[in-house]
Amino acid sequence: MKSIESSALKAIEEINDGSTLMVGGFGLVGIPEKLILALVEKGTKDLTVISNNCGVDDWGLGLLLKNKQIRKMVGSYVGENKEFERQVLSGEIEVELIPQGTLAERIRAGGAGIPAFYTPAGVGTPIAEGKEVRTFNDKEYLLEKGMTADYSLIRAAHGDKAGNLIYNKTARNFNPMIAAAGKITIAEVEVLHEIGELEADRIHTPGIYVQKMIVAQQEKRIERLTVQS
Amino acid sequence: MNSREKIARRAEKEIEAGFYVNLGIGMPTMVANYISEHKSVVLQSENGLLGIGPYPKESDVDPDLINAGKETVTAIKGASYFDSAESFAMIRGGHVDIAILGGMEVSEKGDLANWMIPGKMIKGMGGAMDLVHGAKKIIVIMEHVNKRGESKILKACSLPLTGKGVVHRIITDRAVLDVTEQGLKLQEVAAGYTIKDIQACTEPDLIIAENVRTEAY
Repeated sequence: MKSIESSALKAIEEINDGSTLMVGGFGLVGIPEKLILALVEKGTKDLTVISNNCGVDDWGLGLLLKNKQIRKMVGSYVGENKEFERQVLSGEIEVELIPQGTLAERIRAGGAGIPAFYTPAGVGTPIAEGKEVRTFNDKEYLLEKGMTADYSLIRAAHGDKAGNLIYNKTARNFNPMIAAAGKITIAEVEVLHEIGELEADRIHTPGIYVQKMIVAQQEKRIERLTVQS
Repeated sequence: MNSREKIARRAEKEIEAGFYVNLGIGMPTMVANYISEHKSVVLQSENGLLGIGPYPKESDVDPDLINAGKETVTAIKGASYFDSAESFAMIRGGHVDIAILGGMEVSEKGDLANWMIPGKMIKGMGGAMDLVHGAKKIIVIMEHVNKRGESKILKACSLPLTGKGVVHRIITDRAVLDVTEQGLKLQEVAAGYTIKDIQACTEPDLIIAENVRTEAY
C-alpha cells in the first residue's frame, strides 16, 4: 500500500529549497497540475527543474517560473513562455537545452541504473562541446549521462493503491521514465482504484517506482485548440 | 497558391504508400493536408503517437491528445500510444521512413541549421537533433531565399547546426536539390524559374542532373 496523501501540499511538504525535480508532461499534457500549484503555494525556491517544457506564462511550470522559484531549467523546448525569455536574457535563470530524445533517454537511463550511453543526436553541433565523441561503425556518437532527481512529480489517469499507474493517450510522454528516475516519486492520479481493480497486463508504470500519491481532478488546459474547419 | 502551399504539395510526393512519416512543426505539418487518400501512410508524433488523425470536431476534442506542435488532434484506427523514450527509440533506431523538417539554412554538405539564432531568444531544439540522425530520409523544406533575398542554401551554414551532413534533399518554392558526395544536384525547377535563375539565387555551385525537370511543380 502506498501513502495516499490527503492534499497536494502535504505530498510536497518535504521538498526543500534547492531540490532537483523532474516533472512529467509534454506541453500542458500530462503535467501534475495540483502538485505544481502546491509548490507555488509553498514557495519552494532555488529549484532545478528537469522537464521537456516549462509550461506557459500562466499555467503549469510557468507558474513556478513567474514566482522565481526555478534556479535552473533543463528541457528541450521552452519557446512557449515570454517570462522564460525575459529571465534568461536578464540572467535570472540558468537553462540547459537537451535534444528531446536524449533528454528522454538520459532520464530512462538514470532510472534504469545506466550511467551513460552514446547517441548520435547533437554531433557537430554546439551541444557536443565538452562531450566525448566516439566512432562506432564509421558514425560519430556523443557520450550522454543518465539523470536522476531528488523528487519526481508525475501524473496518471488511473492508479491503484499499490502505486500501479495507467496513463491516457499522449499524456503518457515523459511520465513513465520520470517515475523511475526520482528518489521519491509522487504521482497525481485522476482516479484511484483498489488493489486488484486494474488489470495487471495493462499497467504502464509498475508500483515499485511510486512512493506517494494524491488523487486530484485536472483542469487540462489546452495550449493550441485546433478543430476541423 | 502561396509558396508554403506549393512547397507542402511538392513535399507530399516524397511520401510513399506504407511509409511511417514524421512531420516537423509549422510548414511540414501542412504536408499532411495534401497526402492522397489513396496513399496509406502512418504519421508519427514524437510526443508518443503513431497514427495521427485529422484535427478533431469540436465535440471530440480530447485535451490529453495532442501532436508535437501541441495542437489537439485525433488518432487513426490502428494507432498506438507510447512514452517519449520509446518514441525516440523508434526514431533513433531507423524505423521512421522519412522526416520532413523546416530549415533556416542548409549547406551543400547537408548540414542543417534550424533551431537557434545567436543573440536572439533560444527556444530549444525539441526533437530535431534526434530526428535528423534517425529517420531513413531527411527532407528539408523552406523558402529558397530569406527576406533579404539571400540564399538560404549555403556553402557552409552560418548559424549553429542542428545536424552535420544529415540532409538528403532540399525542397524550396523554386527547386528540388539533392545532397550528393559531389555537391548539390539540381533535380527539379519550379514553374516560373529557369536553371540559370536557380543557380543565381543559390550560393554553392550546382550540379545539374542529366534528367533535370523544369516546370516541375
